[in-house]
Amino acid sequence: MNVSQVAAAPRSAGVWLTAWRRFKGDRVGMTAGVVVLAFLLLIAAAASGLVASQWQRELAVPNAPPTVLGPRAAEDAGVMAGAESKVLPPVDLSDIDPLAPRYKEWADRAATMRNTETVKADTLRLGADRLGRDVLDKAIKGTQISVFVGVLSAVLATLIGTVLGALAGFFGGKVGDFLEWLYNVFTAIPDILLIFAFAAVLGRGVGTVVLILGLTGWTGLYRQVRAEFIKHSGREYVRAAEAIGASPGARMFRHILPNVSHVILVRMSLLVVGFIKSEVILSYLGLGVPIDQVSWGTMLAEAQSELILGYWWQLATAAAFMAVFVTAFSLMADAWRDALDPKLRGAE
Amino acid sequence: MLAYVIKRLWQMVPTLLGVVLLVFCLFHFFGSDPSVILAGQNATPEQIAAIRQQLGLDQPAYVQFWIFLKQIAQFDWGRSWATQEQVSHLFATRMPATLTVMLPILILDTILAVPVALGVAYVRGSLTDRALMVATTVALSISFLVYVIVGQYVFGFQLGWFPVQGWSASTWVNLTQYSPLPVLLAVMVGLSPQTRLYRSFFLDELGHDYVRTARAKGLTEDVVLFKHVLRNAMIPILTNVGLALPGIFVGSFLIEVFFSIPGLGREVLLAVNRSDYPVIQAATVYLAMITMLINLLTDLAYKVVDPRVTLR
Repeated sequence: MNVSQVAAAPRSAGVWLTAWRRFKGDRVGMTAGVVVLAFLLLIAAAASGLVASQWQRELAVPNAPPTVLGPRAAEDAGVMAGAESKVLPPVDLSDIDPLAPRYKEWADRAATMRNTETVKADTLRLGADRLGRDVLDKAIKGTQISVFVGVLSAVLATLIGTVLGALAGFFGGKVGDFLEWLYNVFTAIPDILLIFAFAAVLGRGVGTVVLILGLTGWTGLYRQVRAEFIKHSGREYVRAAEAIGASPGARMFRHILPNVSHVILVRMSLLVVGFIKSEVILSYLGLGVPIDQVSWGTMLAEAQSELILGYWWQLATAAAFMAVFVTAFSLMADAWRDALDPKLRGAE
Repeated sequence: MLAYVIKRLWQMVPTLLGVVLLVFCLFHFFGSDPSVILAGQNATPEQIAAIRQQLGLDQPAYVQFWIFLKQIAQFDWGRSWATQEQVSHLFATRMPATLTVMLPILILDTILAVPVALGVAYVRGSLTDRALMVATTVALSISFLVYVIVGQYVFGFQLGWFPVQGWSASTWVNLTQYSPLPVLLAVMVGLSPQTRLYRSFFLDELGHDYVRTARAKGLTEDVVLFKHVLRNAMIPILTNVGLALPGIFVGSFLIEVFFSIPGLGREVLLAVNRSDYPVIQAATVYLAMITMLINLLTDLAYKVVDPRVTLR
């Protein structure tokens, strides 16, 4: 085909451009997108150490309330009234105390050490946790880890699902049968049990959570990618590519994949939401993020025992961060779906 | 019908073999050495070697796989490594508690979600519909964990309507006293996604020609909705309930752990934490079996709901 002929024809808008136009017209979707973008900036700042890098520092008294509530009364902080009323007169034990001769030496040694008195704050912006750590800093750092886990495991699941789905849909036959069998095996086991079985052998940690969720969560995407590849592999443009000698790999990933990538993107965004929720549950059950790191799940797990004592701020902060992000992300994913794949509109 | 059932059962064999193979490979190649777990921290190499021989771990992998298959076929899982309890006994004693909580959840969820979804689908696009959809989006974005934490605190601790947690030996006491709070919370959580899903099913059906025909020939709205639309939407709804059914046997792990309900879910989680492989393996393989059987039953139920369905 002549290149100038192609250029002369009026260029029709591509799928991404039309989708972007549709997305721009969706006010809810755009607002949600802006919120998600703000979260991503916050995460970037937290990851690079600009904010919340000191989340482990114990800045305040334990369970310090948020500033708007004002400091807690003394008895709430665990100081009993009247405890100091009965002070016994000191008894001189120096003649029988075997350590007495060395007290002065130790006191001198201690005096040479630098000793800084830290003043613990009575209140913090959004309160403090059991150890006096800033809840806001924790929530920001937790956002980083939770979203990181959600996105990375969704990427992993998408990779597995796309590659297997492409192979099954494109080749069919023996390969397709084998992959269908694999799919049946994975879906025969209830999700949560599969996750548990993987957790039992793989251990704990952030990387492990990503691996577990990715390895167990690819089935839905596989199914859809497979259907798309079956549909596309018989189309004329693919046959044309075959006719000019494109290899199966090129036809699958250079020709068909771009045409189904919108479906994959929509599915992946739905996976992110699901995996963020799963991380929270796994961390609560002790199979997720380890205790020296913070995520929304570990914050909520700590909050359970705090709430019973009336310290609700960590729970409220973590829940609010998560609710805002997940709502915005799902609304954005819905808007993406409507823009990219109008056929799916209204489907869950 | 019988031929169909036999065919389906026969088709399950390769899948089930795959499940067994997956579980075997997972624990055999990635799990830590069971003999080390079993022997404890102060074991001598001789003790470990003895345990290895006892468990057959010194045999080649295919022999071990054969032993594993034989165990499954004979329903013999041996004993839990942690408690020395028979795995089958463990399952039989934990199952009732799980079902006491999970069955009411599934039934209430479905009974409540279907009419609500039909209602909002009928008034699609109205303020009620849109408000409910926004409400469910927000409700969905809050973690299940937050619901149970706050729910237990408010209903159990502050208002004192329900016991905070607990369990007794009597099923009746459990049903009336201890399970209402977890059931209430789980239904609150489950209602949003169910309503959204069923609404989309109903919307799909309401757009069909037969609805217009039914209205055109003068049927009342009640008949159109409940005899025509509802019945046609039953297939996807049944599928969905069928998909949820296997879940009631493992129960909601979160609910059982949170409310200290001595069910199967909590037991499996404990097993995961103790690296108690026989319990996890048994749970996985049996749940896969149950899942496949329920899928078959769901397909058979289609026939009852919709006589046009031919089972092939």
